[in-house]
Amino acid sequence: MIEYLIYFPILIPLITAIAIKLSWPIKITRKLILYFGPILTLACSIYIYNKFDKLNSNFDIINIFDNITISLGIEPISMVFLIMVNTLWLVATAYSLGYMISNNEKRLGNFFLFFSISISCANGAALSSNLITLFIFYELLTISTYPLVTHKGDEQSKASGRKYLLILLGTSLCFFLPAIGYVYHLSGGLEFVDQGLLFTNLLPDQINNLEISILLILFVFGISKAAVMPFHSWLPAAMVAPTPVSALLHAVAVVKVGVFSIIKILVYTFGIELLHGLNIVDLLVYICGFTIIATSIIALKQDNLKRLLAYSTISQLSYVIIAILILTPSAIIAATMHLIAHAVSKITLFFAAGAIYTSTGFTNISEMNGIGKNLKVVCFAFTLGAMSLIGLPILVGFTSKWYIVQSAASDSQWIILSIITISTLLNIGYFTPIIYKFFFTQKNANKKFKDLPLTINFAILSCCILMVILFLYPTLIIEVIKNVQ
Amino acid sequence: MIEHIAAIVVMLPIISSVFVMLIRNNSVNWLISTTASLITSIASIMMYFQISKNGNISYAMGGWEPPVGIEYRIDEFNALFIILISIASFLILLYARHSLVGELKENKISTFYSMYLLCLGGLIGILSTGDAFNAFVFLEISSLATYILISMGSDRRALLSAYQYLIMGTIGATLYVIGVGLIFVLTGSLNLHDISIRIQELELYRPLYASLAFITVGIALKVALFPLHAWLPNAYAYAPSVGTAFLSSTATKVAIYLLIKYLFLVYGYDVVYSNKIFVFVIIGLSILAMFGASLVAIFQSNLKKLFAYSSVAQIGYITLGIGIANHNGLIGSTVHIINHSIIKAAIFLAIGCIVFKTKISDTHELAGLGKKMPVIAILLTISSLSLVGIPGTVGFISKWYLIIGALEQGWWLVVLSLAISSLLALIYVGRVIELMWFHQPEDAINVNSKSLPVEMLAITFILTLATVYFGIDTRLTAGLAEIAVHNVLLGGQ
Repeated sequence: MIEYLIYFPILIPLITAIAIKLSWPIKITRKLILYFGPILTLACSIYIYNKFDKLNSNFDIINIFDNITISLGIEPISMVFLIMVNTLWLVATAYSLGYMISNNEKRLGNFFLFFSISISCANGAALSSNLITLFIFYELLTISTYPLVTHKGDEQSKASGRKYLLILLGTSLCFFLPAIGYVYHLSGGLEFVDQGLLFTNLLPDQINNLEISILLILFVFGISKAAVMPFHSWLPAAMVAPTPVSALLHAVAVVKVGVFSIIKILVYTFGIELLHGLNIVDLLVYICGFTIIATSIIALKQDNLKRLLAYSTISQLSYVIIAILILTPSAIIAATMHLIAHAVSKITLFFAAGAIYTSTGFTNISEMNGIGKNLKVVCFAFTLGAMSLIGLPILVGFTSKWYIVQSAASDSQWIILSIITISTLLNIGYFTPIIYKFFFTQKNANKKFKDLPLTINFAILSCCILMVILFLYPTLIIEVIKNVQ
Repeated sequence: MIEHIAAIVVMLPIISSVFVMLIRNNSVNWLISTTASLITSIASIMMYFQISKNGNISYAMGGWEPPVGIEYRIDEFNALFIILISIASFLILLYARHSLVGELKENKISTFYSMYLLCLGGLIGILSTGDAFNAFVFLEISSLATYILISMGSDRRALLSAYQYLIMGTIGATLYVIGVGLIFVLTGSLNLHDISIRIQELELYRPLYASLAFITVGIALKVALFPLHAWLPNAYAYAPSVGTAFLSSTATKVAIYLLIKYLFLVYGYDVVYSNKIFVFVIIGLSILAMFGASLVAIFQSNLKKLFAYSSVAQIGYITLGIGIANHNGLIGSTVHIINHSIIKAAIFLAIGCIVFKTKISDTHELAGLGKKMPVIAILLTISSLSLVGIPGTVGFISKWYLIIGALEQGWWLVVLSLAISSLLALIYVGRVIELMWFHQPEDAINVNSKSLPVEMLAITFILTLATVYFGIDTRLTAGLAEIAVHNVLLGGQ
């Protein structure tokens, strides 16, 4: 029985998707299904987490050819990622219901259909136990989120959708797929192996630093969901989607599948020891550092709140990559921790931005004078999220930044340390004016505020609570990640 | 009976085509054609089992023993293709009945079935025969039937396209015969197996390479290898939808088979691939096809032409594998022949359904189709995506083998071109998908009230499903292709 459990996180969202679409005309059942799906998936994920020891092996679903199989498996990083995605899915479902109905968005049935399918793909990517399975779910995730980006159906969203598809599919077909082929050519396999497939399979004299460097570059740029410059421009473009999509997919599921894939490939395909001392790693650190600082500077100038958050996301994704590029065991913990921390904080920020839009119709920061007096909860949550990303204590962002700084310092990576310092200053630079505007400026007296649905407030509050809980109990994550060999 | 099976699969469609021509009752003819192609399919599958049990079949036509008489030689490689094209023809015929009524004049339909069967017989003949001149005869039979099939399209430009193909096809066939003549002078034999043995003893290489060049170029015209592809887009665009689906999934594929057969089973790997110029030319042309045709497809406004140019590009993939010529490259080629047949049949049949309902021919007229015909639009989306090579579809499988094959040769540039050409494919396919789902029609699409016949929908659905199914379970495609390449082309090494 327990062997089959591993399929559930993929199947339940898929069934949920179909059930929602079919039962859409009936109000009561659709709500039931909408909540039932995430709860069941989350329960399953937690159950798998508890039975972790027994499941520590791979399950082949089908052998495509030779020794290339679609197979699922569990290891610590994927476990953490899986639980994160499904927890936030539950929260985001509550939020989307409130948001979509308050804003009179059309074609809700389709919206939730593709929303659930995307989650199914993200879970599949989390559970992949070899490169080809990861690649399949990675591509399916792109395709299933495309209808969500173009949900509005106007010219702008079509143009963004085109960009989205072209960059994400294009880079993965041009770089990611040849890289997978080359790994197969080098090692004769594609599985994720402890200590790294290439590290364990190749004899020392077979290792050619140039080849490894090219492969690393192909992977990092091929996985453009991680939005390393110059393949980042799809992310701000994708912000035309409704806010719940931006929140769950473009702050959590899609982009996180990107960095998650990079972490997994670095740890389980290359093996971090293989990469020690390669010049290319330094080059990548510079590229990511440049991405972090450049996008933060761009964020400083943004007036549209969602675009600002998008640029901030790009810079935070590169944080995760820089963290893993420290290439020590503690770096794995730091990177995963930051992956989670950013997910929770950024979804809070997006939820808040969406709530502000729902209540006031504002999308630009310059309009948001003094809204803190009316939207206390929302603006408070936004402040917490921003503080977390800046890295202030009692919030999870502090923990992750602490780990990154600690592992960088213990490995004497001064460049990384200085990049982080500069970017923290920039973070403060672009978040504080917004918070100031919320609370300390005069509001427009005539402005009417719409009441927010209960679900939106509930979702925002639960995110805030999550941020604090994860600060208080970081061991929840660290104890799991420590098991990575 | 069973010992004549190699002759039956060729003769049955040809004989039935004569009856179909004489009877001239559309429903009866449809029944005869479908039954004939069904029996051919079953017989070809039986033949495959027989080969895998007892080894290759060598059938002496009319009892005249080879090398004097005409030999039909069936191995795992051509048996696989006979199965492929007979099943494809059967499925397309099931679909054809209603589609033809919509597109052809009542009195032409019987001729269509007759020529369809004649073409099928000719193609299976090319696949089975072990005789160089007999292959030419079948090549002409199938080509003549093809010219007629194309000329029957409802658009008047169909006539011109058929004429264009007639000229080009005849030039190709002539070059082929010149090549065969040269071989005959050199070796004194027309039996391909016999030739392959005698070639080993030859010392004169120049005429041998000349014959190789003549035969390759001659067949390349039929294959529509870039830059000899000019006939194909027009022919595909103006033939009846059923005809396009049939031609794209069978005719070019058989020509490619003939090319592979000459390169590997007649001349042999050592003769062909010791000639670096040949390898360079075939790889170069394949890559040009992948880029050039894809670029044209991107700017193409005629829907069927768009996918026709995409066929030229995809043929580039297949010949690329032939150029790579190692184990994985050849599997890539073989499996892409199968996969591309399935994909293009699915696409052109979906287009046939669209034409049945709306009579559109330009891509921009697709706008808003997702709302009017959601099922067909979904099917077309899936099969188009497998053209790009999205994982989980057949296109991915072929691309994977080709990439691995190129990597084994250490040809990074080839891998890069494969990757970039997928990107180009993504662009033209993406255009179609976006038009269908996210554009509002300029004026309301004129959808007629005829409901789409169940079998048209069902066959399109089955073929689209196959593009996904064989992308996940590849035992029947890549598995058999691997056996074929391993046992036949590389001689069991």
